[in-house]
Amino acid sequence: MHSTQAEKVPFLRDPDKLAILYQLLTVIGVGLLSYYLIANTLANLERQNISTGFSFLEREAAFEIGETLVTYSAADSYGRALLVGFLNTLIVSFIGIVLTVILGTILGIARLSSNWLVARLSAIYIEVFQDIPILLQLFFWYAFFYEILPGPRQALSLLPGVFLCNRGLIFGVPVWHQGFQYAILALLLAVVLLFFLKRWAAARQAASGKIFPLFRVGLLLVTLLPLLGWWLGGAPTAMSVPELTGFNFRGGLSISPEFTALLLGLVLYTAAFVAEVVRAGIQSVGKGQREAALSIGLRSGHVLNLVILPQALRVIVPPLTSQMLNLTKNSSLAVAIGYPDFVSVAGTTINQTGQAIEGVALIMVVYLIFSLSTSAFMNWYNKKIAIVER
Amino acid sequence: MRELRHVVPAVVAAFCLTTGAAVAGTLDDVKAKGFIQAGVNGDLFGFAKPDEKGVWRGLDVDTARAVAAAVFADADKIKYTPLTAKTRFTALQSGEIDVLTRNATQTLSRDTDLGLDFTQVNYYDGQGFLVPKQLGVTSATQLDGASVCVLPGTTTEQNVADYFRVQKMKMNPVVIENTAELAKAFFAGRCDCMTSDASQLAGIRAVAPTPADYVLLPEIISKEPLAPAVRHGDNQWKDIVNYSVLAMIEAEELGITSANIDEMMASTDPKIQRFLGVSPGNGKALGLDEKWAYNIIKQVGNYAEVFERNVGVKTPLMLERGLNALWTNGGLMYSPPFK
Amino acid sequence: MPQTAPPRSAADVRPPVTNIGVLGWIRANLFNGPLNSLLTLTVLYLLWQALPPFINWALVDSLWFSSSEECKAAGGACWSVITANIRFILFGFYPHDLQWRPLLGICILIALLLYSQNRRHWRPSLAWAWLIGLFSMGVLLMGGIFGLTAVESTNWGGLPLTLLLSVFGLTAAYPVGVVLALGRQSRMPVVKSFCVVYIELIRGVPLISLLFMSSVVFPLFLPEGVTVNKILRAQMAIILFTAAYIAEVVRGGLQGMDRGQYEAAKSLGLNYLQTMRLVILPQALKIVIPPSVSILISAFKDTSLVVIIALYDLLKTTQTALSDPKWMGFSAEAYLFVALIYFVCCWFMSNYSRRLEKELDTGR
Repeated sequence: MHSTQAEKVPFLRDPDKLAILYQLLTVIGVGLLSYYLIANTLANLERQNISTGFSFLEREAAFEIGETLVTYSAADSYGRALLVGFLNTLIVSFIGIVLTVILGTILGIARLSSNWLVARLSAIYIEVFQDIPILLQLFFWYAFFYEILPGPRQALSLLPGVFLCNRGLIFGVPVWHQGFQYAILALLLAVVLLFFLKRWAAARQAASGKIFPLFRVGLLLVTLLPLLGWWLGGAPTAMSVPELTGFNFRGGLSISPEFTALLLGLVLYTAAFVAEVVRAGIQSVGKGQREAALSIGLRSGHVLNLVILPQALRVIVPPLTSQMLNLTKNSSLAVAIGYPDFVSVAGTTINQTGQAIEGVALIMVVYLIFSLSTSAFMNWYNKKIAIVER
Repeated sequence: MRELRHVVPAVVAAFCLTTGAAVAGTLDDVKAKGFIQAGVNGDLFGFAKPDEKGVWRGLDVDTARAVAAAVFADADKIKYTPLTAKTRFTALQSGEIDVLTRNATQTLSRDTDLGLDFTQVNYYDGQGFLVPKQLGVTSATQLDGASVCVLPGTTTEQNVADYFRVQKMKMNPVVIENTAELAKAFFAGRCDCMTSDASQLAGIRAVAPTPADYVLLPEIISKEPLAPAVRHGDNQWKDIVNYSVLAMIEAEELGITSANIDEMMASTDPKIQRFLGVSPGNGKALGLDEKWAYNIIKQVGNYAEVFERNVGVKTPLMLERGLNALWTNGGLMYSPPFK
Repeated sequence: MPQTAPPRSAADVRPPVTNIGVLGWIRANLFNGPLNSLLTLTVLYLLWQALPPFINWALVDSLWFSSSEECKAAGGACWSVITANIRFILFGFYPHDLQWRPLLGICILIALLLYSQNRRHWRPSLAWAWLIGLFSMGVLLMGGIFGLTAVESTNWGGLPLTLLLSVFGLTAAYPVGVVLALGRQSRMPVVKSFCVVYIELIRGVPLISLLFMSSVVFPLFLPEGVTVNKILRAQMAIILFTAAYIAEVVRGGLQGMDRGQYEAAKSLGLNYLQTMRLVILPQALKIVIPPSVSILISAFKDTSLVVIIALYDLLKTTQTALSDPKWMGFSAEAYLFVALIYFVCCWFMSNYSRRLEKELDTGR
């Protein structure tokens, strides 16, 4: 290096100035590209006389949706139809994630089992289900449901009031009554109580070393209080029982084969990945940790809760988050097997209104909201359980 | 943007089809590239579906071939793009295809909002219901509470929802985009009935394990004039597509078939002479060869031939002419004079 | 002198039979404790219930080369649905008498893959071999030169299309992903934020929304009269999608690099490009080979989503074959067959990536 301090650095050799130049170029490049695309799009829309804007959201949708969590009819607006789709995506993802975590954990532990047969089978399961495209699995399960199960008139009656046929799983549900409101309130109360109880128990344990049987007391709380609420509310027992009238069952609650096939496909597929995550997490905790915990006299439940899990979770949570997001994103394949999720409803909306840009934009925004909120929550959780450097 | 071909690397260029500016006129474009790109269904037996050897067959396919015959004197100078209900209009708008013959219903909003122009209807259809015989249903009014298999992406979803609303009945729709997948679910008993355009239902019944187990209900709940569509604003191209379809109808009316057309060339009837270009004028007016209509009928056939070959009573679809008969036989097929 | 038995060394003492050999293995691995014994018995019972009927259905009672009528009469699996439609399922609309070309292309690809498996073959010449191989595959598929009849891309389908979309997609996405990863690590705030937004945006949405975008919205982005063919549009969506995932993997590799490497490069007077090209990337990319293979696996599986925009990939050709009234009832057989193809390919790749991970690990 023969340049001295005082020597002026030529412009193209000065990293700071170059950085500014590069960034300027990037901005100009991206700006030009977006201008080009937007100008083209506007010109095309104008020329082809395609309407724009989101005013269609208020127009009457005029199509029916098979499964709705909120009341909806063809007379409602596109906006409401999309809300129905949104909730459908939400429910299938939520239930899917819960079941996936449970199944994935079982499989991950089974993979490490000392039982050769169980470990092998679990390994085979993981390999097979990971390596087959999810869409193919969905087609397979859906075909399985409608080809194997009988029609509603020959429905299998599993229990009194519970029927299984190619229209889905249909079962009785209690008729809504004031009493259930009390029960729900009582449940909320129980959860709040439990929260304070837990803090109190932790404080007491820290102060005196006495362990409070939190799990058992908690279980009692969340079962007994709602029961009490239900009883105080008049103990309603009226049930809406499904009955075969005309073509289908009326009354009760039904879970459609589309929903079940989607849920099953998503859970079986994602659980294979989660199992690998769980296995890696458990393996990451050294054997010595367990032995040390046992040697200071912790009971095995406490070893798992206080020593193994907190450490394993740190390894598990980040990849688990991305698997949860994958499941949510894959739920968009519902469109292929007829479950009315957000993408499916948005697709129908695009067809009927012809406003593709708005429709696809809505799909993307909705999934971004799902993704960003899930990762925000999991990041918060991950921080909470992360190693506190001392 | 014709230069795009030279800019992108060789491999990419092979994927990439750049067509000239559409403003110049689709006809010039099509002539320059030497073939017509037609958007078709791909899954619909009788209208557009490749056979086991991958050869495209169907009423919509023949309609597109008629246009190719008119423009190139060769019905095979055509390529097909299978499109879903969702992608069909965009494909036309963007210029990816030159003509859309994918059983699309002409409606006011499509004709205006979507930047399309519909031409002469090549099949008058209406939405109906297909039910398994063993259900014992004889009228659509008995379908209260039924599970209905619906093909999405068309006017079908709205029609059936409207119908059930008017009849104060409840329905439980099952919507699957893929025709084959939906048909499989229906045959397996997932739904009590299936709704779509009657012609499509006939096509679906034709592929049932035992077609005789299914019946079409008498109710037709909508008007579905299925017509080829072109981009809005290209009048010459619209005329060509329009009169290519009309030529097949006119030929049937004049009694000209692909078999007797060469004898008909000697006919002294001035209508036939004008039609076949023996006395010139029509071709020039359209910007085509004077033998354009001759080529259509010779290579593709008149409307009756096309209908009977693809969807008629002797095909698995077993469709009657019905609304699609000539006006002289009580149908709606009526061609303006070719002069 | 009282006779005592000669002292036996420990090696001479045979362990009890139940601790060695087959018995010992069974005891240690299947029946080591009451819970495990119960588990083993349950699993064995379930296998006994499930396997024999399956084998009966799939092999014993199955039909391989029959008509659909015979299939409907028989009780077993109808593999005839595969054998009768194999060419359509594998090659789609590709002209019947030219199907040796995609077949040859696939063989070239497999040969290349097998050859590159061995790390000793990783020389610069291998990269050239790959380039030539991919190019000749393209030529075989397209035709139009060297006296080969041209085949329209609209006629491509089946397995070649699936492979094309995934292999070409990954190859093209890799450089984009590396640039994005470098951008995300960059100290220039504008560049960094563009890259972060792009990566998070793409990773936040499902592939199917990008495919919709490519098939429904993208044509509107282009000036009037310019169209891009459907396969290329889907290919672009897959490339843009995969690039974001590659970027994250490469970022992992970059973060795994020691600070000292950057500092050493800087002290040698290398500029940014030289540092990256000569020091950082060669090391970082080596670390990320195994996760890259996982991305190839997911790209391979994800190409099946093009079914939804009506491209005739392997899954769609299978469905089309199934929509034939003759073969309609045999979806299980057809889907199992396609699943098997996917499984074999993915299994091969993931096995390889695991082995490679081990090899690379010991090298460090």
